[in-house]
Amino acid sequence: MHMADALLAPTVAATMYVASGITTGVSVKNLKMDEQTSKLPVMGVMAAFVFAGQMINYTIPGTGSSGHLCGGMLLSSLLGPYAGFLSMVVILAIQGLFFADGGLMALGANCWNMAFYGCFIGYFLIYRPIMKKKGGNVRLRLTVASVLGCMLTLQLGAFSVCVETFASGISELPFGAFVGLMQPIHLAIGLVEGVITAAVLVFVYQTRPELLEVVGKDNSAEAKLSLKSAVAVLAVAAVLIAGIGSQFASGNPDGLEWSLFGNADGGYSANMGLDEEEYGVSSTIADAAASLQEKTAFLPDYAFANDEDNGVGTSVSGIVGGLMVTAVAVAICFLGGFFKKKKVRA
Amino acid sequence: MKRVSCGILFFIVVYWYICVHWKKEDFMDQMTSAMLELADMDTLASGDSFLHRRHPLAKLLLTILYIFTVVSFPVNQLSGLIPMVLIPVLAYQMADLPLRTCFYKLRFVLPLVCAVGIWNPILNREPAFSLGALTVTVGMISFLSLMLKGILSLMMSFLLIATTNIEKICYALSLLKVPKVMVTQTLITYRYISLLLHEAGTMWNAYKLRAPGQKGVHISAWGSFLGQLLLRSMDRASDLYQSMEMRGFHGSFYYAEVQRAGRTDWLYFLIMAAVILLLRLVNLSALLGGLLV
Repeated sequence: MHMADALLAPTVAATMYVASGITTGVSVKNLKMDEQTSKLPVMGVMAAFVFAGQMINYTIPGTGSSGHLCGGMLLSSLLGPYAGFLSMVVILAIQGLFFADGGLMALGANCWNMAFYGCFIGYFLIYRPIMKKKGGNVRLRLTVASVLGCMLTLQLGAFSVCVETFASGISELPFGAFVGLMQPIHLAIGLVEGVITAAVLVFVYQTRPELLEVVGKDNSAEAKLSLKSAVAVLAVAAVLIAGIGSQFASGNPDGLEWSLFGNADGGYSANMGLDEEEYGVSSTIADAAASLQEKTAFLPDYAFANDEDNGVGTSVSGIVGGLMVTAVAVAICFLGGFFKKKKVRA
Repeated sequence: MKRVSCGILFFIVVYWYICVHWKKEDFMDQMTSAMLELADMDTLASGDSFLHRRHPLAKLLLTILYIFTVVSFPVNQLSGLIPMVLIPVLAYQMADLPLRTCFYKLRFVLPLVCAVGIWNPILNREPAFSLGALTVTVGMISFLSLMLKGILSLMMSFLLIATTNIEKICYALSLLKVPKVMVTQTLITYRYISLLLHEAGTMWNAYKLRAPGQKGVHISAWGSFLGQLLLRSMDRASDLYQSMEMRGFHGSFYYAEVQRAGRTDWLYFLIMAAVILLLRLVNLSALLGGLLV
């Protein structure tokens, strides 16, 4: 479910960075790390553990396929939601940078889709209420909490992926069809990941129950969702919705062009009063460049059909120039290789 | 409608493959390949070139600027996007980086981008132009543009980590005032990934010897297999904390080498930033092509 850089528009990526950044800030503040330096090595090693654990294949009986570990739910149940979120952020950053699973720009979106829902929504809405009650069958409650938590958080994550992709405007696929494809697939994945997480948590409960948060100590200061935290989380959600919503509100995505030339059809003709047709650079250098272009052009005044109105921004010159740039790039590679070989021989 | 249904079916198959079957290869191979990848990156980052010597903060900011610029191109402006390839290609030659290692990492990004972008040529058949008998549609251009964006973003991220080691990246993050808990945790996690991958690999070997012919962990051992690794990791973390405390740890690490930004670093940053922005504002392909056409 890792988003790639190419699937996000800069505004959506920035919005998601702000949302995840605020959540990170709230988590750091709530952890009070200065007083709890002992938690830092545990967080670091547990993040590495989830990284290694996600590489293990779990054979799903009767299908021939395999499932993987759901990191967010496991970490928040072992470390608490705030430390769990921070650990997930580190895992996603390392995956994005060193393994190209995600991306530097998509990190904010990935943190939101995979860490926020798993560590906060899954924990506060499902795991904590179910595990809060004393007595009863703890193993059964752990299983139900893990399965429900993983399924819900994966559904929310998958839905966010659809919203982010749609708001970025990079796909022609209708929003409804995209959601219709993503949600059922992630329901099945969530179920399997939930069962794997439950199996691990039940094992830990049987062998070292003190390692699990909430179980046996439901008055943990960390497990409380204070009013301040609730307000912060709501603020993050508001920023997120506002950021993505603004994508839909904007009828003209190129703000620079709009502000310079205006849009007479949309009633914005007043902006800076520049006429796009007449606006241009007039100087001796520009004239010289124009005359040079006239001399070197072997297909003057030629353009493809529909070149103006389809908005593709492609023309013969664009294609020829693109090919020239590609040739230059290939030449750089060959030249680099040639000089390197020469250097080795010398 | 029939074509759309076929497309949807194709998408489901591709996506299911990516989500479930992608890591179906032998488990130990994944562990080994992940460890080798990390070792490869460490080796590349320890090199010495003009780019390796630049200040990590300059490289980090330029990487972010480049990726934001690349994705800011409209999906249908392929010709303007192509010249952006010159920056990483030139940088790879300067830093002596292998393109093959970078492209191997595309195995995660490209299938996903392809699965989302493949709809564009199917659903948007508005003709853009014709090349002889071939009619190129707007959808085709936007699909190619998306794929190129994926490749360029990865090339630049790879350039950063192949010329800057994790300590320097963390140092740059601390200069950007990223909370020290995050910076320190990143350093610890990165160091422990190799260790735990090795430990998980040993456990898998032991399991495989007792359960030959299995492709993954059987359902009866789902909890105990990973649970054992988890308990060992917890014990390791406790040992780690004790040794860190004994060396005077108070919440953050001290960097032995603090790199100051010199004049060359500033010049490098300003020139590269100007080139990136210029390539965004000026369509070099159209300009070059205009000289001939």
